[in-house]
Amino acid sequence: MATKLSLNLQIWRQAGPDKPGKMVDYKLNDVSPDMSFLEMLDVLNDDLLQKGEEPVEFDNDCREGICGMCSLVINGVAHGPQKGTATCQLHMRKFKDGETVTIEPFRAKAFPVVKDLVVDRGAFDRIIAAGGYISINAGGAPDANAIPIPKEYADEAMDAAACIGCGACVAACPNASASLFVSAKISQLALLPQGQPERYRRATSMVAQMDAEGFGDCSNHAECEAVCPKEISIAHIARMKRDYLRSVFK
Amino acid sequence: MKLNAKVPAGPLPQKWDQHKFDLKLVNPANKRKYEIIVVGTGLAGASAGASLAELGYNVKIFCIQDSPRRAHSIAAQGGINAAKNYPNDGDSVWRLFYDTVKGGDYRSREANVYRLAQVSANIIDQCVAQGVPFAREYGGLLDNRSFGGAQVSRTFYARGQTGQQLLLGAYSSLMRQAAIGKVKQFSRREMLELIVVDGQARGIVVRNLMTGELESHVGHAVVLATGGYGNVYYLSTNAKNSNATAAWRCHKKGAYFANPCFTQIHPTCIPVSGHYQSKLTLMSESLRNDGRVWVPKKKGDTRSPEHIPEDERDYYLERKYPSFGNLVPRDVASRNAKAVCDDGHGVGETRLAVYLDFADAIQRMGEHTIKEKYGNLFDMYERITDDNPYKVPMRIYPAVHYTMGGLWVDYNLMSTIPGLFVLGEANFSDHGANRLGASALMQGLADGYFVIPYTIGDYLAKSSFNGVDASHAEVKEAESQVEANTQKLLSINGKKTVTEFHRELGQIMWDYVGMSRDENGLQHALTEIPQLREEFWQNLLIPKDSKTLNKNLEFAGRVADFLELGELMARDALERKESCGGHFREEHQTPEGEAMRDDENFAFVSAWEYAGLNNAPNMHKESLTFENVKLTQRSYK
Ligand SMILES: Cc1cc2nc3c(=O)[nH]c(=O)nc-3n(C[C@H](O)[C@H](O)[C@H](O)COP(=O)(O)OP(=O)(O)OC[C@H]3O[C@@H](n4cnc5c(N)ncnc54)[C@H](O)[C@@H]3O)c2cc1C
Ligand code: SF4
Ligand code: FES
Repeated sequence: MATKLSLNLQIWRQAGPDKPGKMVDYKLNDVSPDMSFLEMLDVLNDDLLQKGEEPVEFDNDCREGICGMCSLVINGVAHGPQKGTATCQLHMRKFKDGETVTIEPFRAKAFPVVKDLVVDRGAFDRIIAAGGYISINAGGAPDANAIPIPKEYADEAMDAAACIGCGACVAACPNASASLFVSAKISQLALLPQGQPERYRRATSMVAQMDAEGFGDCSNHAECEAVCPKEISIAHIARMKRDYLRSVFK
Repeated sequence: MKLNAKVPAGPLPQKWDQHKFDLKLVNPANKRKYEIIVVGTGLAGASAGASLAELGYNVKIFCIQDSPRRAHSIAAQGGINAAKNYPNDGDSVWRLFYDTVKGGDYRSREANVYRLAQVSANIIDQCVAQGVPFAREYGGLLDNRSFGGAQVSRTFYARGQTGQQLLLGAYSSLMRQAAIGKVKQFSRREMLELIVVDGQARGIVVRNLMTGELESHVGHAVVLATGGYGNVYYLSTNAKNSNATAAWRCHKKGAYFANPCFTQIHPTCIPVSGHYQSKLTLMSESLRNDGRVWVPKKKGDTRSPEHIPEDERDYYLERKYPSFGNLVPRDVASRNAKAVCDDGHGVGETRLAVYLDFADAIQRMGEHTIKEKYGNLFDMYERITDDNPYKVPMRIYPAVHYTMGGLWVDYNLMSTIPGLFVLGEANFSDHGANRLGASALMQGLADGYFVIPYTIGDYLAKSSFNGVDASHAEVKEAESQVEANTQKLLSINGKKTVTEFHRELGQIMWDYVGMSRDENGLQHALTEIPQLREEFWQNLLIPKDSKTLNKNLEFAGRVADFLELGELMARDALERKESCGGHFREEHQTPEGEAMRDDENFAFVSAWEYAGLNNAPNMHKESLTFENVKLTQRSYK
């Protein structure tokens, strides 16, 4: 049995969207290294409740790295220290006894804080609504094998489609750009024959919506790729930019 | 009320086509006069919402998460079945139908299952057209694999993220309709009450989870696609927000609850590591294609696996089931794992685990091939356990995974409340007493894309509706019920958190209404659950502010409902004095320890009618007749 950890937590507390927020210190002992990061917060919350204090609100659902709900900046890094790992998959064995751990929400102008560590990422839904789809109604599809798709393209489309829409890329970007998220969808659909008819229109309208939501421009810092839990490549941003330019000069 | 399943007459293969022709249509110009409320944005809800909007209906759609794309369906890994027969290996609609009825241990409705198999092929077409990047072969055509012991390769998949890709496809169609205003989307909303006016489901009351405000929404029909209730066990593979509240509140308003005791325990999950455990992680079933399950022959053997020689290992599935080996159905694999652990052969720190060993497969195919096939699963395992499964065998144990039971629906997917339709895991309809791997995704999308668009029209066309708005007495009544319930929860000044109550309930359910059940245990559960419920309402510790994001309050409402549903599950399990599928009664087994059905007395669906909290519910029976398949005892020897 590995030894238990004692941690000094510094957590962003904010009572509501228009309320001021601040970092608050908590001490937590007896943390098992086998706990997940969110289980550690569960334990903290049970402690707070027992002491009559307000528990810390944070988003989570699947707790296995696929729903994209969890969204914490841990020690200054979106989703924390482990590469290719969402917050919920991070385990306490990655931390040292006595360590100070800061926990903050994903910050961006387009992601307003709802409460404590919970933010509103509705902007992502609106970007998808602007064009992140193929226009097909239920019932009208041809046989699934009617159009063969080279495996390389299908695989690359899948790499892009693996995006979980968490928004870590935005939180990590100095410009709070959503380019990695947006390009992952544009790229997925651009790689598939089914996505061709709307390809350039899609790029224009999704990029326009991204701008309208108040996300910044991409200036190639690549911080997004570094924190992305699905390791989405910035090569997709390059494809998005090409498609966007082509659509503008078409 | 007498149950009428409304199964159309005629030969099985023609029932659905004939029915579609017989259903009344809503004239295209009239569709925009109807308002449909869809609760849930998983595969079932998102596909229904998108399809209904495409037809011209006005749709309002609700979910608990901050985006429809995050519904629990996103976590499905392994794949989706369809009777395409692309590999030319003998699959057909009939075979998929047959396998599903047999796999469900003859406790499902033939006509529903046949329709499911029929529309399965359309689902794959639809998803490919949406841009779902299914796995392909070098020739560019779709790849298939055999899944969960099926004798044919009919499972389509997108790496280990099939649910994610299918859901994102349905979500993109939904958002396309949102952009043109046919869908109005409401995230971070929890349905807490059904509004019934003149006997028709006409709306819902939701809590805005960000502000705590109650909102009422009225329409002409309500489509419930709120998922399964596996979280009644506290620990399960379901997402943390998965719950039974919407279904349970509808049940209390008159919707019958069918086969509540039919739950599926999945054999390959990562074992519990400590008291703090908040959920369990599934390791895809596909691993059993190449992994070998074993335990030490010696009881209480604490040697590490590499020190246990080959002849001191018991590959118990291969030994007991020579023809299916490690690929026996889920219920059989789960029960056997429990049995060897109960018998003292368990491994790992808690002794509640068995090995799933890839050493032979790695030797046969090379580490590279194994990495290609299962890389992301192996990584996930290592992240959680800190063990490298390429080097040491995985430790696995069964966990609650899926609930076959759910609200009772007829062939049109309508519940016993007119105008309340139930789709996906929330209904009981297609999987009988046990669901086959890769069939839940198929059912959710079948219901949403290809069934509800037809059947809801018939209901709307044949019904007349009185005007209902926010000031209607029934709306006000529903709102005040919700408000009263919230206030009741907030007024408790106790000492135990919601999580503690949930954990305790889960333990009772797992011990007595879990993988195997007997009369004593079930009776025990039936006294313990009401006691725990009583304590809950006296001793809950809860943050008091309801006008803000308050997850403890959300969970308190859900646990309160689980404390009622759990009792119904135990009661249903007690009444079903036979073993079938996932429901194993110790008293009813063959001399070899296999499940023993009683077709003479139990070939029925139990549909429970709510009769008030302190009254025993009434059981109604829908008897199941099998005209097209012969009932056999399952044997995987
Ligand atoms: C880990 C895992 C792996 C799986 N793998 C497979 C697989 O490989 N193949 C397969 O076929 N099946 C698989 N399954 C089963 C399958 O994923 C589910 O049965 C299926 O996705 C359920 O879909 P659904 O649309 O019915 O509900 P869900 O996806 O559970 O969606 C429920 C929706 O309802 C909403 N909701 C719930 N309650 C309320 C409320 N009160 N108010 C408002 N909204 C509410 C939620 O927010 C959500 O949007 C897997 C399940 C798990 C847990
Ligand atoms: S690109 Fe990566 S970081 Fe950005 S939303 Fe998608 S998964 Fe999250
Ligand atoms: S909780 Fe779902 S990705 Fe972390």
